[in-house]
Amino acid sequence: MNGPVKLTLQALAILAACVAVAVMPSYVDLFQLMQFTLFCSMAVLALSLGFIWGFGGILSFGQTAFFGLGAYAYAVTAINFQDSTPAILLAVLVPALFALALGYFVFYGRISDVYLGVITLTVTLILFNVFNSTAGDAYAIGSARLGGFNGMPAVPTFNMPFDPSSILFPEQSWYVTGGALIAVYLGLRLLLRSSFGRVAIAVRENETRAALLGYDPRLVKLLVFVVGGGVAGLAGALYVNWGAFVGPTIFALSLSAEIIIWICIGGLGTLIGPIVGCFLIEYLVSQIGTQQAFNANLVLGAILVVFVLLLPKGLVPTVRDLLLAAGRLARERNRRPAGEETHALPGGHPVGAE
Amino acid sequence: MAEIAPLLETRNLTMRFGGVVANDDVNFALEEMELRCLIGPNGAGKSTFFKMLTGQLTPTQGTIRFRTHPIAGNLPHQIARLGIGIKTQIPNVFNGLSVRENVWLAAARAARREASAKRAAAIVDEVLERIRLGGLAEAIVGQLSHGQRQWVEIGTVLAAEPELILLDEPAAGMTDEETARTAEIIREINRTRALIVVEHDMEFIKMIAKKVTVFHQGRIMMEDTVEAVLADSRVRDVYLGKKVAA
Ligand SMILES: Nc1ncnc2c1ncn2[C@@H]1O[C@H](COP(=O)(O)OP(=O)(O)O)[C@@H](O)[C@H]1O
Ligand SMILES: [Mg+2]
Repeated sequence: MNGPVKLTLQALAILAACVAVAVMPSYVDLFQLMQFTLFCSMAVLALSLGFIWGFGGILSFGQTAFFGLGAYAYAVTAINFQDSTPAILLAVLVPALFALALGYFVFYGRISDVYLGVITLTVTLILFNVFNSTAGDAYAIGSARLGGFNGMPAVPTFNMPFDPSSILFPEQSWYVTGGALIAVYLGLRLLLRSSFGRVAIAVRENETRAALLGYDPRLVKLLVFVVGGGVAGLAGALYVNWGAFVGPTIFALSLSAEIIIWICIGGLGTLIGPIVGCFLIEYLVSQIGTQQAFNANLVLGAILVVFVLLLPKGLVPTVRDLLLAAGRLARERNRRPAGEETHALPGGHPVGAE
Repeated sequence: MAEIAPLLETRNLTMRFGGVVANDDVNFALEEMELRCLIGPNGAGKSTFFKMLTGQLTPTQGTIRFRTHPIAGNLPHQIARLGIGIKTQIPNVFNGLSVRENVWLAAARAARREASAKRAAAIVDEVLERIRLGGLAEAIVGQLSHGQRQWVEIGTVLAAEPELILLDEPAAGMTDEETARTAEIIREINRTRALIVVEHDMEFIKMIAKKVTVFHQGRIMMEDTVEAVLADSRVRDVYLGKKVAA
């Protein structure tokens, strides 16, 4: 596929997604709409890890640390100000700053990739324990009591920007969440096309070569990590808006693992893959939840094993490769009658093209 | 009048890996615009020397000066920004990216000094033509032949426009024609920049060399003109013996 065709297709896909978000409320009932709202907030979380892992080569086992911090930052601010506008801002800012501090320590301390996984995992566990032990009046930020293992109920949900009196209806929340997903996708897409994004991909491809050309891999990875933290934080705010509640289980390791599964299934190294994987799995889990025959974790595990064995690249890259192969075949067939020689040029795909 | 300061100078440069002394008390100097060849048997310490010059290894001992900058122990990207570029012995490219993207990444960093996207694009086109991979600009580097990947790496080094270029076995895996082309490019680059070239192929060395430094067991054994080095009996013994006789 050449550049312009690809861009047009991408623009059409975005347009289709916008239309889908716009018309969804008139096709599904409220319960389903709420469920889709949840899926979209989770898909933003999926994008945050899909971005840092797929394009920065940073595998964080504790992306929920930023998700949870964003959720708590939102809840605390929203309760104190009774306005979601500053709360959403802080939900992005607090985890981004936390990622900056943690990432500085990890990347500038030249800690190896393996330990990065261990550290993010440990930090998540620590955060869980910290928030879990904040029961009682002593643990309050302003008028917001953290509530320990009971969490924080009745968190104010989104309102119109700077207008706390007009709380959003579920339908409007859907628009905001679906819109946020599309906006984050577009934002990351543009970021990857920028000079910075290209350098980030280069660092993932070959850190040594990037450094020998004069790029500082530590700085590049740190910035990617911070962006991922901010996006995960936004997902946290969207999540709290959906349930009006946040508790320490938001730092659960099982959720961290689930994000990794979404990405493996949807396709690492793409932006659309994590979204697709998240939707599929979340939908499946919700369907399994409605009956008793299968255990959700068991099914998830089985699906992961099947994918790792049969579709190791994940859904999106596999489908893309099939389409490309079909396209090439069709073109060659058209050409052959004309008696033209077809030289098999090294085809394949630049990474990060999706 | 003081002598003109060398472009690059190492003093007592030493690199130990446990018990192995890969570089032992190396005192080396390179003039501005000089083209130097490094030869020596496998394991003599040539690649280790390059790794210290480019920050991939921190010397156990000794100093490196590039112009006025002491650079021993600096990080690779800091040294690269001062203007030292390297083609490593093992092809070191962005395998998942296109040829054009590989070269662009180098050019963009170089053009950043002038903050110009146009400049980067111009460098990319110029370099693609120079390494004769214009026709494969959109090909993925990982799917090219070993020789072509060498060219891509040479291309990225050129596009970064360094003051000093280090080439570690640039002709390895190339055809005779490609080797001749490499020699031609090296002479061309040398009109404006300094180079150090590690190579085994003596024919290639004869094509490009003026002054040759011989490494042996981590030390500089000899430093002289090509003719003198080739005529030296010690050099023949440790390194050239079989090849020259053959
Ligand atoms: N990272 C390393 N760890 C241990 N020994 C090394 C390392 N790198 C190189 N050496 C040793 O240092 C010596 C010099 O190697 P090298 O610089 O690659 O030689 P050359 O490039 O001249 O063939 C060899 O004995 C090699 O085994
Ligand atoms: Mg070597």
